Amino acid sequence: MSEIILTIDNKQVKAEAGMTVLEAARKAGIYIPTLCYFEKLKPYTACRICMVEIEARGRVSLDTACSRPVAPNLVVRTRSERIDKIRKMLLELMLAHAPESVPLQELAREYGADADRFEKEPSFCILCGLCVRYCDEVAKKNAVTFVDRGTRREIMFIPEIALKECWDCKECFALCPTIALQEAYLLTKALASASFSLEPEPEQ
Amino acid sequence: MPRISSPAELEERRQNILSKRDNSKPCIAVCGGTGCHALGNRSIIDAFKAEIKKRTLQAKVNIRETGCPGFCEAGPIVVIYPEEICYVQVTPEDASDIISETVVGKKVIDRLVYTDPKTGEKAIHESEIPFYKGQMRLTIGDNGKLDPKSIEDYLAVGGYSALVKVLQTMTPEQVVAEIKKSNLRGRSGAGFPASIKWDAVRVAVGDTKYVICNCHEGDPGAFADRRMMEANPHNILEGMIIGAYAMGANEGYIFVGDEFPLTVENTAIAIKQAEEYGLLGKNILGSGLDLNIKINIDAGGYVCGEMSALMAAIEGRVGEPTVRYDHATERGLWNKPTCVNNLQTWASVPLIVNKGADWYAGIGTASSKGTRVFSLVGTVNNSGLVEVPMGMTLRQVIFDIGGGIREDNNFKAVLVGGPLGAFLPESLLDLPVDFDEISKAGGSLGPSLVVIDEKTCMVDMVKYFLTFLSNESCGKCTPCRDGIRQMLKIVNRINDGGGKEGDIELLEAISEVQRVAALCPLGQTASNPARSAIKHFRDELEVHIKEKRCPSGVCKILATASH
Amino acid sequence: MDNAKIDRIIDRHAGDASSLIQVLLEIQHENDWLPKEVLEKVSKKLNVPLSRVQHVATFYKSFRVVPEGLHEIHVCNGTGCHVRGAPRLLDKVQDITGVKAGETNSDLKVSLEVVNCLGCCSSGPVMVVDGKYHSKVSPVKAEDVLKNL
Repeated sequence: MSEIILTIDNKQVKAEAGMTVLEAARKAGIYIPTLCYFEKLKPYTACRICMVEIEARGRVSLDTACSRPVAPNLVVRTRSERIDKIRKMLLELMLAHAPESVPLQELAREYGADADRFEKEPSFCILCGLCVRYCDEVAKKNAVTFVDRGTRREIMFIPEIALKECWDCKECFALCPTIALQEAYLLTKALASASFSLEPEPEQ
Repeated sequence: MPRISSPAELEERRQNILSKRDNSKPCIAVCGGTGCHALGNRSIIDAFKAEIKKRTLQAKVNIRETGCPGFCEAGPIVVIYPEEICYVQVTPEDASDIISETVVGKKVIDRLVYTDPKTGEKAIHESEIPFYKGQMRLTIGDNGKLDPKSIEDYLAVGGYSALVKVLQTMTPEQVVAEIKKSNLRGRSGAGFPASIKWDAVRVAVGDTKYVICNCHEGDPGAFADRRMMEANPHNILEGMIIGAYAMGANEGYIFVGDEFPLTVENTAIAIKQAEEYGLLGKNILGSGLDLNIKINIDAGGYVCGEMSALMAAIEGRVGEPTVRYDHATERGLWNKPTCVNNLQTWASVPLIVNKGADWYAGIGTASSKGTRVFSLVGTVNNSGLVEVPMGMTLRQVIFDIGGGIREDNNFKAVLVGGPLGAFLPESLLDLPVDFDEISKAGGSLGPSLVVIDEKTCMVDMVKYFLTFLSNESCGKCTPCRDGIRQMLKIVNRINDGGGKEGDIELLEAISEVQRVAALCPLGQTASNPARSAIKHFRDELEVHIKEKRCPSGVCKILATASH
Repeated sequence: MDNAKIDRIIDRHAGDASSLIQVLLEIQHENDWLPKEVLEKVSKKLNVPLSRVQHVATFYKSFRVVPEGLHEIHVCNGTGCHVRGAPRLLDKVQDITGVKAGETNSDLKVSLEVVNCLGCCSSGPVMVVDGKYHSKVSPVKAEDVLKNL
């Protein structure tokens, strides 16, 4: 493996080709916040909380650390006024959905995010997709999925698969940054058992 | 019919078609485009057919269902050849008179010709109508002359001659060099130079390469691309075949929306005809070039106009943009070298080859060459499909071609670039149609110009586009999905009379973050309509918030409250 | 539902995951909507997880996973139609039919949908009823068009 030297927060960091900026930073003990990232999954770049400033060939741009491949001579800044402002608002947008989420609250304290800045819409879910992607890429059960799009996008368990597979697995539950996943699962189970236990009414 | 196996043989076929045509024979050309379809062109064609049969004129008069000639506002349009007499707003009841008086009697029917509402002047021919006068109809000019379902019609107007020229006289490198010299920029709106993509795919290594025509056009109010595809599909195929030759591509896709049935139908027919003629498939015109083109139908998603989402959709997945660090020209569709061009980019290729890059580069401004086709819509008098040289001012397009504002209302703004574009006020109407100038003003040179008048409310318009985008965003990334959600909540309360001090600033703050933090161009530009409304019409927004009043009387609750 | 026809469509693309969207479109053109059994069958035959089929079927606007009413009304609210009075038309149509945009009434008689742009902006506001286009539809004209539903 060829070694690549880059600079993260003024520190020379050694990385291997094929690594992402986030991986290189973590290896060097530099913290970058993440929400939709999990090391066993492909980068998803949806929560945008890991955005960093990257200087390459004289140009500064913003990119998600979880996806950006390392390259020689990259200069990365993990904190700046601009980045903090972005993270603060992203957290405020997410807190409107999941005000009780502990990881969100911790980050909110760090970035001074105001949980009440935006009108609440407590769906509990921030659509990080960890459950959907874990079930697809690692567990390979495909019991939970996204449905719809835009502001109506949500997660949904496929009842027939969930009833068969989830009880003994539940590996994704630990990944969920909110309580949305457990709520959705319990709801699916409740609905499914209700429809299974009720005999169809005889036709009049 | 056997496949044509050489360029020379194609020319022979063309001569053969032309020799059988009698240009002095009367022909009734009825617009068969989607616009006139909505106005009942089917029953007009039926009326003509019945009338021709009744008078047993079948052998003496031709009837042709053509592509869209553009002047949708005055549709249904009927043109009588060889005199090229143009009749507007024709009804089935007019068929009998048109045949007896014009086709047989060679007289013009006064009541059916276009009358300029301003001067009262009558225009017998298309070229005399103000709507057409200022246009430069290089890529849509043939629409009214041919039946899109007939490859013979396309050959009769010189179609596929650019392909012949390329195969007979040019190497792939020379084709790319010609496109480079023409300065053709991609017509999606951003204006990326076409030749850079072409050259990258040409030199890319791969046994399969793709050419894709993006005819997706999910903007509400934009119909230019799909109408061009529907009206003259062979022109697009010819552009794509030339591109495939230049880039060494052997597979192609035309990506078009499910909501446009006539576009899909005409494209499918054209592909089949081109295959039968040996213009698609193996060893095209004996050149050794193999190219298959398929239609891929978009099942409805504005976001699929974005390149990575478009390719995901063709691969059968949800149209969610993904971050990419290699170019589609190297690893695109199924990770193969891929050239995605907008439909209007492909449409310009045969023209550039035929007339030469120097000629083409002589049209337009320093940085934007050639022409731009728009759907000109909204509260403008002459709405329709228009093609103008780059450099024409927005004012000329709206007032000279478009005939100004309906019902003598005052102009308020023109939206350039659709849901991701900007509202430009009167003070910016002297901006030229030019990629960079429009971009500097906060818009993008997309395929539509939506004109709005003083009776339209900017809060309502911003709400309209945020609602649209809240449904059309893929919903993957936080700043786009939740940024739009919160912006819409704010605009909704302004609309309902619950606007608060600081709401405009909050919209701006969301927009600032969304522009830099969103995953794809949709999210990054989703706030453009709102930003431009704040920039140019801030007073109007403030009146809604502070005085709880809608000056245009559009916002429902405010309108009643103010009375 | 014509099962034989649907099976033929699916069989033509068996094993080809990339044709998922095109297959669902073909089926819907045949059947007007996509019942759960059909999605399951498509998932199995095309070798695509049901979760992904569900996402695709709810992501794209053309797909319907609930049955349509006997009569389909599409009101265009593209920008061209919007500024020429589509919102007033939509209010009127909702009033007349008692159906809200995006919904089907309980006896499955009428479905009302708002569509983005039908591409005939010059004729706006445009309304399509059971496939028939109606142009420049004022609220008064809407009453006339819909009186026979």
